[in-house]
Amino acid sequence: MVTHADLSEQFNIDEPRVNWHDETLWWVRQKRDKAVHQIPEWELLRETASAIKDNVLSNLSEYLAEFEEQAKKNGLIVHWAADDVEHNKIVLSILEQHGVKKIVKSKSMLTEECHLNNYLETNGVEVIDTDLGERIVQLAEETPSHIVLPCIHWKKEEIGELFHKFLGTPEGNADPILLTHAAREHLREKFLTAKIAITGVNFAVAETGEFVVCTNEGNADMGAHLADVHIACMGIEKIIPYRKHLGVFLRLLARSATGQPITTYSSHFSNPGPGQEIHIVVVDNGRSRQLGRQAFRNSLKCIRCAACFNTCPVYRRSGGHSYHTAIAGPIGSILAPNLDMKNYADLPFASTLCGSCTNVCPVKIDIHQQLYTWRQELVKDGYVAPGKKRAMQLMAAVLSNPSWYRFSGSIGRWVMRKMKFLINNKFNLWYRQRDMPVAPEESFRDWYKNNKGNKK
Amino acid sequence: MNARDKILNAVRLNQPASLPLPELDHYVQTNADRLQHFMAVLSSIGGFAHVVKSTTEMIGILENQFPLAGRKLAINESWKDYATIFSAIKDPHDLNDVDIAIIDAHFGVAENGSLWVTEEQMGLRAFPFICQHLVAVIDAKNIVPTMLEAYEKIGQSDYGFGVFIAGPSKTADIEQSLVLGAHGPKTMTVFLKGEG
Repeated sequence: MVTHADLSEQFNIDEPRVNWHDETLWWVRQKRDKAVHQIPEWELLRETASAIKDNVLSNLSEYLAEFEEQAKKNGLIVHWAADDVEHNKIVLSILEQHGVKKIVKSKSMLTEECHLNNYLETNGVEVIDTDLGERIVQLAEETPSHIVLPCIHWKKEEIGELFHKFLGTPEGNADPILLTHAAREHLREKFLTAKIAITGVNFAVAETGEFVVCTNEGNADMGAHLADVHIACMGIEKIIPYRKHLGVFLRLLARSATGQPITTYSSHFSNPGPGQEIHIVVVDNGRSRQLGRQAFRNSLKCIRCAACFNTCPVYRRSGGHSYHTAIAGPIGSILAPNLDMKNYADLPFASTLCGSCTNVCPVKIDIHQQLYTWRQELVKDGYVAPGKKRAMQLMAAVLSNPSWYRFSGSIGRWVMRKMKFLINNKFNLWYRQRDMPVAPEESFRDWYKNNKGNKK
Repeated sequence: MNARDKILNAVRLNQPASLPLPELDHYVQTNADRLQHFMAVLSSIGGFAHVVKSTTEMIGILENQFPLAGRKLAINESWKDYATIFSAIKDPHDLNDVDIAIIDAHFGVAENGSLWVTEEQMGLRAFPFICQHLVAVIDAKNIVPTMLEAYEKIGQSDYGFGVFIAGPSKTADIEQSLVLGAHGPKTMTVFLKGEG
């Protein structure tokens, strides 16, 4: 299996590029800080959002039923999908009912999680991602590396080359304005000719049966309002109880994500427009299981702002693709093992546990604590390489026996001083990125014994 | 069992004992001038704001800003000297060549420079998105400090579609360079109508 560590190593071959990636994301984190510091009640907002989500998760079945009832009253068509396979089938069946072979899609991490694009394409449907960043990675036959900034790993010169090939922009031109406007023209034609639009859902309100989609580009609205049919895909955890709670979450979302006071568009869909149809696909795909895992339940509070990505020293230096899952970063490393422990056993270890993710999370998910807990669960259930477990057992044995500890300490110091080549070589993983320290001649214990009487 | 019942049963089994909803009425209120705050935030997110007294004044500003304007379409009849009044358009695709779209909005939000607009103010839902330039008019008195008051104002009102619009459509997907005019309007002009 290719692990996060292997993929990070590949990403780290080009050091200047890693530094550029790191600095770009840190800049986004700083924009977040600036926006947040202008809101004196920020911490209270986080507390409130977290408490609302506690209420949601503890009454989720009731809220889901209420949402369905209200949405149906509004004239929306509600579908339920237990997993990714059901979700994809439902979407395809709606397309087939309407005889549609081409759709426009705005950003939906749920559809990435379900690999919808791939499924539709193998069934002969052309999927056009309309978020600029998503369109870029789609043209390049890649997946997004970041849930808010899908092509954060691409340089403008490379995008210029890509657009020259696919959209006919002038060769060698890497001007973001020119490239964005070329994409605008290219995608406008797609919006005008699509019969079905797919969007994600940021929030779904149980009280009113409406749902809210947030974008900066306006692509969700261009798609939804010009198509005959709008399919909105949402995970069961997107529910909030009352419309007024949007006032809390919309204050937090964009500030945490990009440092904007709000996204350009926060669109509230309550009923279908004249002559239109709106379908909502409500998807579980492991979420009800995560709800039952007390230690990881809070991860379902996530509103997908990606603040934890932007602040994470590991994400910034390893890139989104190193997580080999649709939702990367610290929160993705909690969500992925719930879906597949074996394939994603490496992800909870892709963290320094520094806790910065927890500090920036707008809904106060204890992200680094959960990563730490996952490590223990994964080792207990045998999903971690046996070498790591044996090393830890050996370490535990040595640290729990004072005479072994003293003996191995003296050997270690002697080797590090006299036989450096045994330590400073490529077999020592620790040495590969670091200089080994100079070992002292004696341990603190020995020093203390020798100097105990020397009071001045 | 169908998927719906399967999901709801699984959720019911796994959800913890009910926790209470928090109160929402204890936020720090700033005494800053809402109008000034709104205008400053809107301009920081790429929008234009003008305090005006009359339609004539608004037309003057638009003529100056868009001397070569193409198709101009307005919802409110008071714009008849400047733009065509929106009527009898059923297909949103017919709006593709709209250069300047003029709408009314319910109110503005000072903390984020957004306007709350609902379906009946748009003619068709696509209207404020498909145009090249968006112009919106609100009463200068109708500005609330934060989103909390915004939703208090919206209350239980019915709308088929409603949207907070904050400035022109934008993207920073190419190396974090901010570009105005992604898929929607390239500019947004807000007129704040005062005593006239």
